[in-house]
Amino acid sequence: MDNLLQLIVSGLATGGIYALAAIGFALLWQTSQTVNFAQGEFVMIPAFFILAAMKYLSLPFWAAALLALVISLLVLGVAFKRAVVDPLLHSGFVPLVIATLGLSLFMKEGVKIFYSAEPQPFPAFDAAAKVSVFGAAVSMQSVVVLGVAVATVLALQLFVARTRTGRCMQATAQNPMVARLLGVQVDRMIQLTFLINAGLVTIASILVTPIYYASYNNGETLGMAAFIAAIVGGFNQIRGAIFGGFLLGIIDNLSAAYISAAYRSVLPLLLLVLVILFRPQGILGRVEERVL
Amino acid sequence: MAKKRMLLPLLTAALALSAPAWAQQTVKIVDLCELSGSGAVDGTNWHDGVNMAVNEINAAGGILGRKIDIIHYETQTDPGVARTQMQKAVDADPYVIMGPVMSFEVRVTMGLAQHAKIPEFSGGESSDLTAKENPYFFRTSLSQQFSLPMIAQYMHDDLHAKTIMIFWENDDTGRSTRDVLTKEAAALGMKVIADRPGDNNQVDFAADVVRAKTLHPDVLYVHLQEQATARFLQEIHRQGVTIPLVGDTTLMAQTVIQMAGPAADGVRGWVGLSPVLPDPLAQAFVAKFTKTYGRTPDHNAMKSYMAVYAIKYATEKVGKFDRDALINYMHGMTITPQEEPGVFIKTSWDDNGNLDRASYIVTVDSGKQKVIAVLPPHGTTKQ
Amino acid sequence: MNARLTRNNLVLLAIVAALLIAPLGMRSYSLNVVSTWAVMSVAAIGLNVTLGFAGQVSMAQGAFVGIGAYTVGILTAMEWPFLPCLAVAILLCLALGWIVGYPALRVRSHYLVFVTLAFTTLAYLVFRNEEWLTGGTNGIPDIPRPEMFGISFESDLAYCYFCLLNLAWVSAAVMWLVNSPWGLAFLALRENPVKAQALGVDTRRYTLVAFALGSALGGIAGTLYAPLVAYIDDNAFTLNLSLNLMLMVMVGGSGRLIGPYLGALVVVVLPELLRIAGDYYLMGYGALIVLLMIFCPSGLAGLPETLRARRGATP
Repeated sequence: MDNLLQLIVSGLATGGIYALAAIGFALLWQTSQTVNFAQGEFVMIPAFFILAAMKYLSLPFWAAALLALVISLLVLGVAFKRAVVDPLLHSGFVPLVIATLGLSLFMKEGVKIFYSAEPQPFPAFDAAAKVSVFGAAVSMQSVVVLGVAVATVLALQLFVARTRTGRCMQATAQNPMVARLLGVQVDRMIQLTFLINAGLVTIASILVTPIYYASYNNGETLGMAAFIAAIVGGFNQIRGAIFGGFLLGIIDNLSAAYISAAYRSVLPLLLLVLVILFRPQGILGRVEERVL
Repeated sequence: MAKKRMLLPLLTAALALSAPAWAQQTVKIVDLCELSGSGAVDGTNWHDGVNMAVNEINAAGGILGRKIDIIHYETQTDPGVARTQMQKAVDADPYVIMGPVMSFEVRVTMGLAQHAKIPEFSGGESSDLTAKENPYFFRTSLSQQFSLPMIAQYMHDDLHAKTIMIFWENDDTGRSTRDVLTKEAAALGMKVIADRPGDNNQVDFAADVVRAKTLHPDVLYVHLQEQATARFLQEIHRQGVTIPLVGDTTLMAQTVIQMAGPAADGVRGWVGLSPVLPDPLAQAFVAKFTKTYGRTPDHNAMKSYMAVYAIKYATEKVGKFDRDALINYMHGMTITPQEEPGVFIKTSWDDNGNLDRASYIVTVDSGKQKVIAVLPPHGTTKQ
Repeated sequence: MNARLTRNNLVLLAIVAALLIAPLGMRSYSLNVVSTWAVMSVAAIGLNVTLGFAGQVSMAQGAFVGIGAYTVGILTAMEWPFLPCLAVAILLCLALGWIVGYPALRVRSHYLVFVTLAFTTLAYLVFRNEEWLTGGTNGIPDIPRPEMFGISFESDLAYCYFCLLNLAWVSAAVMWLVNSPWGLAFLALRENPVKAQALGVDTRRYTLVAFALGSALGGIAGTLYAPLVAYIDDNAFTLNLSLNLMLMVMVGGSGRLIGPYLGALVVVVLPELLRIAGDYYLMGYGALIVLLMIFCPSGLAGLPETLRARRGATP
């Protein structure tokens, strides 16, 4: 029983990581129908901005983190949208997918060449601290990740439902044509989502990299986990991303412990297929309301 | 004004045209290495070790008066690409070929070099590489066939283990580690009660550690890749598991120690080469490398560096650039640092291309590797 | 119009002639590149049927190449001659394509990506873990090249022609398919599935057929790939291969007959050429892909139209 609890608690902790990566992904999809195959690399790279700032500019961690945030907002938020997404939005789903694939390769190789091929340690808030949850051991870092993931989702939900800008974003997501007619500045709203995503991935990066270690190929697993978590939970609901992430983390652990270690990565995917077959909007999702 | 503008291009052209006259004074060596993909860390170290050796040798006049013209072909840790690059290498007709490092790439490519009768010095450690007769193939580090029995012996004699649980990386080396170690352990009366494959992309090792806690073996043997190892160690530490941890080169890697922090303390393992060997010549190499490349070398850099110098030494002994004479000389050869300082640890090769060298049992103490035992060469080659 | 057609035919003839003669002068490395291009073209043609003509996004093409390759690897080790292996591979991929394609009925294009993703992961894990069948991480070594009708295709030159021959018959078959009533049905599926259904086209059946055919072509490519590299293991058939194939189709021009050949040319040959850039070549490759998609989303085959549109757009 002890062990089962340990597995569930660890699964929730890992699930928090997946959720953070998935939230921005779901957001981009919701408001601009962008499937960002480079999302994993987006979470990987701010950590390297920080490491580079600390190494080459000798900045302390908090200053490097702020600088990384600014760079992310500009590059992953504004530049990405203007240079890559805008020209491709009307060309259909697949060209954008391919372009983001090319982008992920570019980012990955860039980090490998300009920083290092070797995995790097990354400063955590309190590396060794562990916490005991009903007898199961979990690192403090994981608890923080969990907390931030939940807080982020709540904050986003409030923003979207309660503020004027948030409601404009929702309108853009549901029906951009009508939204424009009603005076919503659609393009601004979309740009805002990209900026929010850039901010989210930076936070995710800072929280997640101490556990993952900074490595140029982190994006591969994180990206995959983000897609699965977002879709299983509900692509068009932000809180679906958290739920999907948790579910993914727990199922991965339980299947690895009780079913098969060698096939552990296929079980979440099988879950994905089942969800798509029987509930394509995701477990927590609403049936797609967007009218094109 | 126009005349001046023409001068530089003309000079360059003249120099380029005269280059062939110099080209005959070089000896070509092709190196296949992994600079991207899962083998990137090993391949990059191997590549840098080769370069450092080549630069030093060339600065000192080259081999038999000829400078080494080193060409690197990148394999992307992809066997298909590796095979293509090997074909390109063979077409280039080099004196010898270095690399690749990863055993699954060596397997695909060694036949091509053999067919072309070009000596190959590779970094692969899988035992099956020397199972088929190939007089042109030479290892640059100890085969698993020799290292794993030593590890089993250590677990039996020093740790008095009766039961073992193996965590292995789900690739060819990990699998053969599990298979060979299980066999060697059984020969000494130890039982491998369970084994679990792991993946370098795996973040969560809770399930694996839980299984270890449930089964409670005497020793946990870990052979995973660097990132996975670090995460595994952290999970062990987090769940407060105190079973002794034993491994080999991957467990003791500098990157693992750096990433895992205090969770790495107390692990023990076998290494063929390590940057912390107390030997002064080895330390001189490490200092030079760190100064040139800005980071500590790993065992792959040491392997390749010594291999290049071994080639130089043997070639000079033979007196000419003759591939068949080279391989004949190297079979059964022993080089000591006195004879060739570039080979800073005494090394021998047998008639199968297997390498023999001393090896070490190392532990991690306060974040630093420390040698706790030196194991002599296994001695099946004439000394 | 007639002049252009004749000119196109002449260009095609010239290319075919070049393909027939060029290998004679090549050494093993170049022969290998040409053979790899031919094999990848077959797989890309298959994906083009699925994606370009029928509009279904598949991330599983790499897995089908793997299945074809392992079929040959396993059966030739049991002394089967090549042609029966090819037949088994085709049947197996058709069947699996049908099964995997079944969920395609229930979901729309974005979600199919993930169903095929699951299949690719499953296939990769089977290749990796089931040692008794696939050799696991040790793979299958020494895969022989075929000997048929008294000719041995052992040498690099002969095998190169073998690959080109297979590419030829596959190309002919697909061209016939596209111009047949089936081809028109696929086109209807891609352009407007709702309308097609209203007009009585059984979208369900045609979707499955497109998927199965595309997968079978992937399998054929696999049967050619295994003897080409003589050794296969799980590392070659990961998601990366599926992504590369998708890249080939998009870069070449999705839905265009000539697309796969151009795309395979770019994806196979370009990285080799870019090696001059040294360590930066993969990075440059990624950047080029992004730029290509931005400036030419209908791929290289659509380049003439894209240029014409741009010229037309500027007043």
